[in-house]
Amino acid sequence: MPRPPIFLEKRGYRQRRMMDAVRLLPFLGLMLWMVPLLWPVPEILPDATAEPTEPTIAMSVALRYLFGVWALLILATWALWRRTRDVASDGGADTKDGPR
Amino acid sequence: MVSLNQLVAVCLMYVAGLFIVAFAAERAALRGQGGWLLRSPLVYTLSLSIYCTAWTFYGAVGYAARSGLEYVTIYLGPSLVMIGWWWGLRRLVRIGRSHRVTSIADLISSRYGKSNTLAIVVTVMAVIGVTPYIALQLQSVILSLSIFAAADVPLAEAGGDVINRGQAALWVAAGLTLFTVLFGTRNLNVNERHHGVVIAIAVEAVVKLLALVAVGIYVIWGLAGGLSETLAKIDASDIGQWEVQGSRWAALTVLSGAALLCLPRMFQVMVVENDDERQLQIASWAFPLYMMLMSLFVVPIAVVGLDLMPEGANPDLFVLSLPLSQGQNGLAMLSFLGGFSSATSMVIVATLALSTMVSNHIVMPIWLAFRRDGATQSGDVRNIVILARRLSIFCVVGLGYLYYRASGGSGALAAIGTISFGGVAQFLPAMLGGVLWRGATRAGALCGLGTGFVLWVFTMLLPSFGADVALSTATLERGLWGLAWLRPEALFGIAGIDPTVHAVVWSLALNTLVFVVVSLFSFPAPLERLQGAQFVNVFDHSGPARGWTASVAGSEDLMIMAQRILGATEAQAFFAREAERQGHGQRLPEPTPRFVQALERELAASVGAATAHAMVAQIVGGASVSVQDLLAVADESAQMLEYSSQLEAKSRELTETAAQLRAANEKLTQLSLQKDSFLSQISHELRTPMTSIRSFSEILRDAPGLSDADKNRYATIIHSETIRLTRLLDDLLDLSVLENGQVTLNQREGNLRDLLDLAVTTAQAGATRPLKVLRDPQAEDITLTSDLDRLVQVFINLVTNARKYCAAETPQLVISPQVTAQGLVIDFVDNGDGIEAGSEALIFEKFSRITGEGDGAGLGLAICREIMCRLGGEISFLGNVPGTAFRVQLPAYVVATPE
Repeated sequence: MPRPPIFLEKRGYRQRRMMDAVRLLPFLGLMLWMVPLLWPVPEILPDATAEPTEPTIAMSVALRYLFGVWALLILATWALWRRTRDVASDGGADTKDGPR
Repeated sequence: MVSLNQLVAVCLMYVAGLFIVAFAAERAALRGQGGWLLRSPLVYTLSLSIYCTAWTFYGAVGYAARSGLEYVTIYLGPSLVMIGWWWGLRRLVRIGRSHRVTSIADLISSRYGKSNTLAIVVTVMAVIGVTPYIALQLQSVILSLSIFAAADVPLAEAGGDVINRGQAALWVAAGLTLFTVLFGTRNLNVNERHHGVVIAIAVEAVVKLLALVAVGIYVIWGLAGGLSETLAKIDASDIGQWEVQGSRWAALTVLSGAALLCLPRMFQVMVVENDDERQLQIASWAFPLYMMLMSLFVVPIAVVGLDLMPEGANPDLFVLSLPLSQGQNGLAMLSFLGGFSSATSMVIVATLALSTMVSNHIVMPIWLAFRRDGATQSGDVRNIVILARRLSIFCVVGLGYLYYRASGGSGALAAIGTISFGGVAQFLPAMLGGVLWRGATRAGALCGLGTGFVLWVFTMLLPSFGADVALSTATLERGLWGLAWLRPEALFGIAGIDPTVHAVVWSLALNTLVFVVVSLFSFPAPLERLQGAQFVNVFDHSGPARGWTASVAGSEDLMIMAQRILGATEAQAFFAREAERQGHGQRLPEPTPRFVQALERELAASVGAATAHAMVAQIVGGASVSVQDLLAVADESAQMLEYSSQLEAKSRELTETAAQLRAANEKLTQLSLQKDSFLSQISHELRTPMTSIRSFSEILRDAPGLSDADKNRYATIIHSETIRLTRLLDDLLDLSVLENGQVTLNQREGNLRDLLDLAVTTAQAGATRPLKVLRDPQAEDITLTSDLDRLVQVFINLVTNARKYCAAETPQLVISPQVTAQGLVIDFVDNGDGIEAGSEALIFEKFSRITGEGDGAGLGLAICREIMCRLGGEISFLGNVPGTAFRVQLPAYVVATPE
């Protein structure tokens, strides 16, 4: 039985890396969308007239950031779909032992 | 101003349009047309949009007006799940297709050994979890109607009250039920897809997106005066700051992501109605895009609404009331239709999914249990199943309506939605654990689900009704039974957490913990392990789970049952196909395990895995796991073991073959050596007489004056040498004739004693050194029927050999005949040195001459062997007696009984 090749030709290699990107993209999205956890939140003070002591993130900035990330992720997923649609649909099985 | 009647008329027209679209889709699918549209990824993506319900359409704006950007988490979680389709959804969709799963309850029950208990638990939880959600949709439709009613000036002037909410809700519920019954229960087989429903909700998805985007554009460019002005307005508003608590942000993202996977209606459109993994791949970017567009204009609408609408206006209805207050009746109408679409599509699909679960996992098992003879009863079960499904639809919508009436239509939309999400998210550990982890067990899933469900009811559902409705104030403040660590909003004494976060974290965390721990310490049944292996390794082997020993199953019984569930034509076609595959032609197929398994899978598509399993079990008798299945479970190690044992057997075989080959080679080498020595021998044998013949004939020719006596002597020498040559050539000829089987036997009757007399006399003739032959005349008195001449030839040969080669001082030969049951045995034993060990195998070969001396050509014994073979007997060398001993055996039929 001939041993399967260890390395792939360039096109196959590129497609493998694209599938890696498909797998990793949700984690990137999760990280970017959890950035708001680091943003300062105004203390809800009993004294309603008190000015917030530290600067906060304006709503428009937050909106731009969140929707920007959203658009970016959609674009990236779309681009990856364009490049991997043949691989992912017929190479359904997890290729654990195949060439990398 | 739009009057209420106009609105109702438009609404009815819209619904009629939907009916027509759904009907046309059903017709087209029935005729096999329009497949490209029905199976297109676009329709699939749009059907996923039932995630965006009236809660999104109306509630998101209200949510944003109350809590800022927190609403967006409800769409971020699902977006991440869709973008990460490779990890979870792909697996679910593949499992759903290969196991013909009909609902999330079916998936979970099927994974854990087709347990009906589990299916019932999941179904009950789903109904309880989704009922508030259905009530929410009814509430939103009624609220939006009442907005129009309030603005309906003539009606208000006529002293008419705002619409009767209860009645309106009833009408809406009835309409939705009708639609679902008409298009959702048309066909029984869930895998056959509800094309009408899917197309209708795709149209509704477009309508609601258009409506929301239209309102958003009108608000930004029509009311606020442009993008930058809108952004400035947003920053200046009450919600102009980032003020979402981190814990809520994370918890709600996780919760909504979980809900996307676990909501029965999402499972229905995402997994059950899926045709192709390609659809999922496209939806992975198209559905996040849809959700982004749906949530893009929420904040502007909320901010402008807060700005323009009077104090105290319900922010949940800004989408509707904002255009209405500005006199934009067309836009308001579109917006109303958008909200109406969101609500109806959600209710239709949710009801469909829940009714499938209720009828498959609760109604059908009960019906089966009531009938003693169960599945073999006559009559068409299909009607029963469809009836059960329709009744379930009534029940589910009815429950939603009752919840709406009971709760009085109060509460913000967002809060109700979150509670519902929290309920269904409890399926997540059992579902994902089952799909990814082979160690997950039924007991673990049951305990985990139970724990999560109880915690959810206690910390989320019951407190949501308010103090003293479901839980007393005392319980809320001091804990259940006065135990401080059982306070619904501060479990284990950890207070100060946001109630939603508190409920989500505790219920999901403890659910997962109990699920994992119980799974670790319980042991799964064989069927469970088998299903587990198949679910987890769905990409390695998508083969069906086997599990029936169908020896007792009658094909007729199975046929009767299948006809009643699949329908007569479909069942007969299925059985005919199987029979053909088994090579039985027109007859019924044998109930092989594979066939019964295929049938069960087919039935499962109609009534769910657990019910199908139970029905087949009633006929077949019992499930079992065959050795092959266990091997499949033990998968890799078993295969390795099998492979190595095969290797071992092969190597053993090879060793044996090699030994045989070596022996054969050795024999060939020896034969070749013998042949060489024979050739040199025979050339010598031929040469010696030829030389003397030549020299004496030359003398006779050339020497003059030879005496007559000399001439006579020389001629005699030439004559005897010629005889010697002739004898040699005769022997060779004889052997070749015998070997080629061309000899004709001359059968005669004679006495053994006479034959031996003849042989001994002939062999002894002219001998210089006489051989003493010891015989037993009594025993020799045996009458034989055989080719006596040939037999004598063998005897002569044996006696001559003894005379020639016996090295003893006084050579003697003992001839002892003996009649046994097998035939006649004659031993020839001399008192010589015998034959050296190792040469026994060669003495019967041609040209073999053990001693290397003597005048024979080494053909004698070879000829003997051939003769004995022709006569039906054999000649063998006896190695275990002193001296050289040969045994001649003749078959019993040659020995005639002495007269």
